[in-house]
Amino acid sequence: MSFKVDVRRRMGYTNISARFEAQGRLTALFGPSGSGKTSILNMIAGLTAPDIGVIRVDGQVLFDSEARINVAPEKRRLGYVFQDARLFPHRRVRANLLYGHDLASAAERWISLEDAVEFLGIGHLLERWPLTLSGGEAQRVAIGRALLRAPRFLLMDEPLASLDGARRLEIMGVIERIRDELKLPILYVSHDRGEIDRLATSVIRLGES
Amino acid sequence: MEEWDVVLLSLKVSLVAVLGMLPLAFLISWVLVRGRMPGKIVLDGLVSLPLVLPPVVTGWLLLMLFGNNGPVGRLLENWLGFSFMFRWTGAALAAAIMALPLMVRAIRLSIEAIDLRLEGAARTLGADPLHVFLTVTLPLSVPGIFAGSILGFARSLGEFGATITFVSNIPGETQTLPIAIYSALQIPGSETMVAHLALISVALSLGALLFSELLARRGWGRNGGGHVL
Repeated sequence: MSFKVDVRRRMGYTNISARFEAQGRLTALFGPSGSGKTSILNMIAGLTAPDIGVIRVDGQVLFDSEARINVAPEKRRLGYVFQDARLFPHRRVRANLLYGHDLASAAERWISLEDAVEFLGIGHLLERWPLTLSGGEAQRVAIGRALLRAPRFLLMDEPLASLDGARRLEIMGVIERIRDELKLPILYVSHDRGEIDRLATSVIRLGES
Repeated sequence: MEEWDVVLLSLKVSLVAVLGMLPLAFLISWVLVRGRMPGKIVLDGLVSLPLVLPPVVTGWLLLMLFGNNGPVGRLLENWLGFSFMFRWTGAALAAAIMALPLMVRAIRLSIEAIDLRLEGAARTLGADPLHVFLTVTLPLSVPGIFAGSILGFARSLGEFGATITFVSNIPGETQTLPIAIYSALQIPGSETMVAHLALISVALSLGALLFSELLARRGWGRNGGGHVL
């Protein structure tokens, strides 16, 4: 899967711009805080629109300012794992997991609830409310929710940043298995050298234009 | 028994007032929080007006608008053959207008508290804006909708000034609890009736408060979803 991103956006007093092409299984977007890494993921997800630019995934145009194309986020078929798990507080874990799954068509789905639950080891959490989960548990559920949405690729925005040491290692293992076993392409944002050395198959440096 | 008729009428008027006003109250709250049009301040002011205006003035304004010679009243009469005048529906309308600012305040707080990033997350999970509204925004506003409804209901039960000005004091039709208490007070020898009605009034209001407190305690897997008052 290939990503072609060439975007610019003015946000307040700063200009965010990025231009890269990526092919890897897990491409890390690496750069200091404030270099606009999250904004770029948001643009790829369709949550914010660039002022100008082009975003293409596997040849499909998701955004093109000149052609006035801006595919709605719900139609981009991607999974987004946020730094905070961002689970729906009014739905139990099971209903959180199934939120996107129920919206995907049968033809698009490639993992069942049972398989995702087993893959992530979250079977004992299904009836819990998100507010009762620990950080690591919540992040596992958030990853499961993104996988069950039947995405073509994942966006991950510092998914380890709010976790402590042991939980970081656990979730890192999960991400490696998504990369190697599920073979789901991942765009991964981080400012942490160690994470990137371990996880990334290719690295793109931002904020050095 | 006459006293129970008064209570039943009051409950009917208040229930219809709150349920009838709820969709509009939600819409106004939503526009006030999320809307991006000019004139929001004017809408905000108009909605809050009954809170600060003497209720008699609100009642008089309703009379001017919805009375038989009022612009809206004449329209309703000519097109639908419907009139609020001297009817319990008029009492419900007055109660609804008086309850509106309290309902909007509670619902608005709830909508303001919703993390917009949750709606974004729902979009990435495949939900279009309408589905996001129905499955994220609306359910997360439920605490405010309940709080606003109970506040509005309690306010409606106590409505006096606007109601008596707008639709007068007609036993069995517009004579709600407070108006019945006021009327009974004018008649010598009806102290027992006043006491009964007053006690019922206290019980109803207390019941509404306890009910709202119970609802507030049923959060999503946590203790206390916030207090209504």
